[in-house]
Amino acid sequence: MRTIKFLLQKEFLQIFRNKGMLPIIFMMPVVQLVVLSFAATYQLREVNFHLVDYDQTAASRKLAQKFQASGYFNLKSHSHDVDKGIKLMRENEVRLVLVIPHHFEKDLLSGKPTSVQMNIDAVDGATAGLIQGYGRSIIQDYNAQVQPQIKNIKLPKRQGINIIPASWYNPNLDYINYMVPGILVVLVSMIGTFLSGMNIVREREIGTIEQLNVTPIKRYQFIIGKLLPFWIIGLFELALGLTIARFGFGIPFVGSVWLLFIIAGIYLLVVEGIGLFISTITHTQQQAMFIAWFMMVVFILMGGLFTPIESMPVWAQHLTLINPISYFIKIMRMVLLKGARWADVQNLVGGLVVMALIILPAAVFRYRKSSS
Amino acid sequence: MEAFKGFIIKEFKQIYRDKRTLLVLFGMPIIQMLLFGFAIRNEVENAQVMVLDASHDQVTRELVNKIDASKYFTVEGEIQNYDDIKRLFQKGNIDEVLVFENDFARKLRRGEHPSINVITDASNPNLAQLIQEYSSSIIVDFQQRIAADQYPPKASGIQANVNMLFNPQLESVNLFVPGLIAVILMLVSALMTSISITREKEMGNMEILLVSPLRPGQIIIGKVLPYMGLAFVNVLTVLALAKWIFQVPFRGSYVLFLLESLLFIFTALALGVFISTRANDQQTAMMASLAGLLLPTVLLSGFIFPISSMPWPLQLLSNIIPARWFLVIVRSIMLKGSGLLLIWKETLILAVMTTGFILLSVKSFKVRLE
Repeated sequence: MRTIKFLLQKEFLQIFRNKGMLPIIFMMPVVQLVVLSFAATYQLREVNFHLVDYDQTAASRKLAQKFQASGYFNLKSHSHDVDKGIKLMRENEVRLVLVIPHHFEKDLLSGKPTSVQMNIDAVDGATAGLIQGYGRSIIQDYNAQVQPQIKNIKLPKRQGINIIPASWYNPNLDYINYMVPGILVVLVSMIGTFLSGMNIVREREIGTIEQLNVTPIKRYQFIIGKLLPFWIIGLFELALGLTIARFGFGIPFVGSVWLLFIIAGIYLLVVEGIGLFISTITHTQQQAMFIAWFMMVVFILMGGLFTPIESMPVWAQHLTLINPISYFIKIMRMVLLKGARWADVQNLVGGLVVMALIILPAAVFRYRKSSS
Repeated sequence: MEAFKGFIIKEFKQIYRDKRTLLVLFGMPIIQMLLFGFAIRNEVENAQVMVLDASHDQVTRELVNKIDASKYFTVEGEIQNYDDIKRLFQKGNIDEVLVFENDFARKLRRGEHPSINVITDASNPNLAQLIQEYSSSIIVDFQQRIAADQYPPKASGIQANVNMLFNPQLESVNLFVPGLIAVILMLVSALMTSISITREKEMGNMEILLVSPLRPGQIIIGKVLPYMGLAFVNVLTVLALAKWIFQVPFRGSYVLFLLESLLFIFTALALGVFISTRANDQQTAMMASLAGLLLPTVLLSGFIFPISSMPWPLQLLSNIIPARWFLVIVRSIMLKGSGLLLIWKETLILAVMTTGFILLSVKSFKVRLE
């Protein structure tokens, strides 16, 4: 016990005297959590559009005005040349070119069909879909407004299905609630993996590993001494992040925070085990970093944080079974936002336990081999 | 000049003799492109739906079949009790529950408006929004088909004529693969140089460099140049993957694309060197370039989430992310076939950033030991 205590003392001393590192460990995650959580949304804000109005009548102006007034579109410029609009789109100045044809008003008033052209920059398909949706509904609205004024046709009473949407757990579709727990997981994992990943290899690169090897420290004591400090820092960061989530962002915690911390304890063992394992198979900090970075990016981008796992092809969905980040993100969201209990998450936790049981012994085993 | 040449040759040798690291540097971008290019999608496929059907008549069955038949949804089964929904969502496997009112078909025939409750698990709001939209449009479609059987279509009125330019199929590959090129090049390049100078400090070689006749500017250029070659190989491989594996259309000029890529990797490498001159040990340098660049680059570059959707302070902040500008350049050249005239602004910004990073590095390069 005493040996471990001294080892811990040494590790903490080393961490806290490195003044360049402290802000990276403690400040950077907080700043990123607070700032970046706001970025992850597809919500449509004002889209700049270019108007080509060949008709120049009261009716066409009113339609353009309706686009403006919707709050989704902003009239950036207008001309009498579609090509000019397309050129602006290539310059990324506008994302919609709205074309109103000649005789728009005349056709409309005489009851003939007429059409309005929407040219949408579809490079970003999801946004293009939204632009199309909003645009269509504005035109439809306008149409419905104008129609009764034109002819006195009696619209038959139409039957219809009433669609009542309901969004549970997050009625306003507020993406902040969803992103904050996920980004917090990523930040905690990065700190855990990178720090432990560089640790042993650093001792090796500097040469101090030899000194440790000749001391009477046992292997398990050494590993515990390397894991425990970052485990504590990881849990501390999680607590810090959750405090910000609760009181800064006002995210309601539906489930049990204690359950979350117990699971986080297991999870941190997994990510640190991965870091430690990388540390034992590499020779320089540079190599260790490249590999740790590579795994982190893969885990993060394929973990269902930003794009849904459901959208991935099936083989990629299977890959998430060995991705600890995807497990913990799922657990965080289930417990915090939906109030899931132990029974709901036990399978996921089981997965994490299995990972810990594989990676930790592997790291210890590799360490023995490399130090002999 | 002689000394400078010698220094550059030394740098080249040092990097190219470490075969293991080289393999990692060339292999990583390829594997990442392949994984992410296929896996990062934001379309919905086979979202899992449960049905609570109080009427069980022909209309509701037809509608459920129609939803099951679409590629967006898979109907998993039926539940009997409204209270079951909560349990289902908590387990987390079901994305949506459709609740039909009783006497659905009869009410519809009588001209009433029977309702369908479309309940989504909105703990993922982005996904919930999408599947909400998809199911509504299927229901509206269905309803229009029934209506069309009874009333002839209207002859007058405005039709919206939609043209999806540059990406008519709305394929998310065409959005994400060009984005991946920018993100991967940014991160790999900055990572490569971020430890270049700190490593010399930590290893104790700094004294030797400092007593040599090399000026700080020359040392920095000498550190960046060998990596330009490496990074350029990465440019070629990711471009080849984009073109032949993901079949993203390439409508612009290859020469322009390669020149812009050179400029961009130079920006990223210079940023790495800047981090390197500021940090005192490799660990700090790497943490800064790894943990500090990863999320901001992914989130603020517009790679996954459009910049126009962000709140305005973040839109402002995104201006200092180099990948944001290169992303616009890549998408414009590849998908819109734009020439330099249309993207000169982004190019200029990257050039200014590069110069800035180099100047800052030279300035923070300490010529004395502490």
